[in-house]
Amino acid sequence: MFTSLLAIVATSRMLPRDIEDRTVYTILAKPVPRFEYIVGKIAGVLLLLAISTLIMVAAFLAVLYMREQAVLQATAKQMASAPPDQLADALRAVRASAFNVDLVPGIIIIFLKACLLTALTLFVSTFATSTIFTIVVMVFIYFIGHLEATAREYWLAVHGGGLVTRVCLAIVALLFPDLQAFNLVDDIIAGTAISMAVFTKTALLGVFYTVIYTLLAVFVFYGKEL
Amino acid sequence: MTRGLIALAVLIVTGLLKLPVERDLAALHRQEHFRGVEFNLDLREKLGQLGFIAALSGFRAIVADSLFIQAHAAWENTQWGRMLLLFRQITTLQPRVLLFWDTAAWHMAWNASVAAMNDTNQPRQALRVKAQREYFALGKDFLERGIKNNPDRPELYEALARLYKEKYKDHERAAEYYAKAATLPEAAPWDRRFSAYELSYCEGREREAYERLLSLYDKGEKERLPTLIKRLKVLEDKLAIPEDQRIPDTLMKR
Repeated sequence: MFTSLLAIVATSRMLPRDIEDRTVYTILAKPVPRFEYIVGKIAGVLLLLAISTLIMVAAFLAVLYMREQAVLQATAKQMASAPPDQLADALRAVRASAFNVDLVPGIIIIFLKACLLTALTLFVSTFATSTIFTIVVMVFIYFIGHLEATAREYWLAVHGGGLVTRVCLAIVALLFPDLQAFNLVDDIIAGTAISMAVFTKTALLGVFYTVIYTLLAVFVFYGKEL
Repeated sequence: MTRGLIALAVLIVTGLLKLPVERDLAALHRQEHFRGVEFNLDLREKLGQLGFIAALSGFRAIVADSLFIQAHAAWENTQWGRMLLLFRQITTLQPRVLLFWDTAAWHMAWNASVAAMNDTNQPRQALRVKAQREYFALGKDFLERGIKNNPDRPELYEALARLYKEKYKDHERAAEYYAKAATLPEAAPWDRRFSAYELSYCEGREREAYERLLSLYDKGEKERLPTLIKRLKVLEDKLAIPEDQRIPDTLMKR
């Protein structure tokens, strides 16, 4: 949630601030194509997101390790008189419920969701007139994006319904990204194993969206009158 | 303006391209136990407007954790009805978290049932017993639904076996669920043994229990625990096993 929020807030301020401060004119007056300007902006935010994700992961792992050690000590103390094999089983169970290697792909997917939101925010901010407008639009997109899967299923499955309903569902299904697809970490924490197929397909979808929205941002920015 | 329209057209074309990919991915997620929550009218009624929107927008785990804290507070105030409602919401939101199913069942079958039996406001014992049985059933229902959502995990089978053993005194069902747990990967090493113990209490299934206990006994020292030897001895007497086929008496002292 924090990375998504950071992605939206950090990106939404970039273009309007550069225009307000007239920094954009200084940069674009030099031989810097608009494409490079946009890519540079997005690369900066992605680096910021990568660093913040790494810091959060490091803090999370440190807390997890400390909790694991505390529980291991408590278990060893409680089962001091138990047979060695039972004690070993109990300690193994504690270790198994601590760090799970499936968390790594889960964290990468969280990062990719933040990348997608960054690119989308940048795209919105190329035609937005203010930071507030971009943030408000992105909050709506965030909610609608999580609803997209439900809208898509209804649109593709239900044959009834009025024309207006079906058109609305089609708009949601076609124009918005499926953000539910990136909410895998809840189930990973609960013990669901993530397969390579699920990880690869979800990650590719994230990369696909990021590239498309970045290209659209570049395209709209080229036509923007500064 | 033209660029805006072109961008919109690109978005629509991209939308048409990504539609089957997203649909396949959603199906793959469901197949591998992701997206276990169906966002429909039933969930909306269970969660209320705010909870539903929060759950829908990717805060499912946070909403479930917050409700879990509320359920704990309800437990401290012995508000069993509220707890039941909260745990139904929690388990709907996080069907893959075993702790929620297990805790919900424990509260209903162990805590609420005892409170119902000791309810001083209800003078009629028949009604107290009825209320107690209803709470047992609620606990059982949580575990059965938990198993339906997590058929690959042994913990809830074990919990259901314990419930049958301790609350319903149904040793046959307890044996059945311990046996089911034992077949799953990550099952505890004692599940097979516990299943045999429970079977040894079932009238008419003594021979089967005896054979299972004996096969465990034959596995070596590690399985020859006091309870196993005691149950074997009881069954040997009950089944009139010939002296030369019985396990040695000396081991009883271990």
